Amino acid sequence: MAGEIKKLMYVNRRAPYGTIYAWESLEVVLIGAAFDQDVSLAFMDDGVYQLMKGQDTEASGMKNFSATYGALGDYEITKIFIEKESLDERGLTLEDLQHLVWEDEDDDWAERDSIQLVSRTELADVMSGQDIMFNF
Amino acid sequence: MKLTIQVNEGPYQHQASDSAYNFAKAALDKGHEIFRIFFYHDGVNNGTRLTTPPQDDRNVVNRWSELSKEHDLDLVICVAAAQRRGIVDDGEAERNGKDATNIADGFRISGLGQLIEGAVESDRLVVFGD
Amino acid sequence: MPILHVVNKSPYEKNSVAMAAGYAKDGDTVLLIEDAVYAAIKAGSASAKLSGLDVSVLGSDLAARGVAEDKLADGINVIDYAGFVDLVDTKDSVQSWL
Repeated sequence: MAGEIKKLMYVNRRAPYGTIYAWESLEVVLIGAAFDQDVSLAFMDDGVYQLMKGQDTEASGMKNFSATYGALGDYEITKIFIEKESLDERGLTLEDLQHLVWEDEDDDWAERDSIQLVSRTELADVMSGQDIMFNF
Repeated sequence: MKLTIQVNEGPYQHQASDSAYNFAKAALDKGHEIFRIFFYHDGVNNGTRLTTPPQDDRNVVNRWSELSKEHDLDLVICVAAAQRRGIVDDGEAERNGKDATNIADGFRISGLGQLIEGAVESDRLVVFGD
Repeated sequence: MPILHVVNKSPYEKNSVAMAAGYAKDGDTVLLIEDAVYAAIKAGSASAKLSGLDVSVLGSDLAARGVAEDKLADGINVIDYAGFVDLVDTKDSVQSWL
């Protein structure tokens, strides 16, 4: 058991700002990065809204945490799955979302896309290979 | 089986804390090990000793404290979530200049790393929430 | 690796039952607890989402809500918390569709 790397998936199904779950789930992801496990993030249902570009919270008085997603690459989060059916249902495309990247140190720090657009069936397959799913 | 349980909601408002408690008890009765119970989001409110529920209703906070004592459980309240919601122990009171503490018996306040550690060290993570 | 999909919200309030049903694969089990137990009622439109799946429902949550077991869709297993613990043990992971 000790030393074995686990596959951890953080499942995000809620929109940002209407509730705190999106932000407090990100806090877990950031702290969790220090544990060097095999981490994936999954965005489905209203969770896909978390990644929308152009969030401006000033008039609402709430803290804008959207820039944190852009930093995930620095925390070695390289696998971010977005469920296509959830995007389609909401009339969104990847163009509406932040472009998230990570830098591959094994390839001269080349920039790679973190986001993978997957179908529900594909994401179910990914989920079935995980050891632990966090839900918020 | 070694279990970590995550509780995302506070007492009474949602059934999550009840379901988690009943699940934890059943697991212990079957001889399984509970590595940690981690209280996050409004779940931190399970750890205030200041509740006064009606006499004819279950006492959610006290029964967590009793279960913790009976089975030597590790009930952890997330520090960041606790700071937002005002669950305070001596250390937090001193650090943040608060004039009172309210943490219930059997709980301790600690970092989010305790949740990840629980997941990594356990066979299963079971999440109860809204 | 088989998953235990735990759902706790009513199918008429949230889409969580539908999501669990959409993600459940062969060998997985869907467990309905708390308000999700209403999905097990045969006469309700939500029960159709569960057909073909291995479904269990927490008896104490049915009883609390006054849902008699003879109202349930065919093939649904009524279990207690000990049964819930066993399901967590026999599956490889747990996905809570909140």
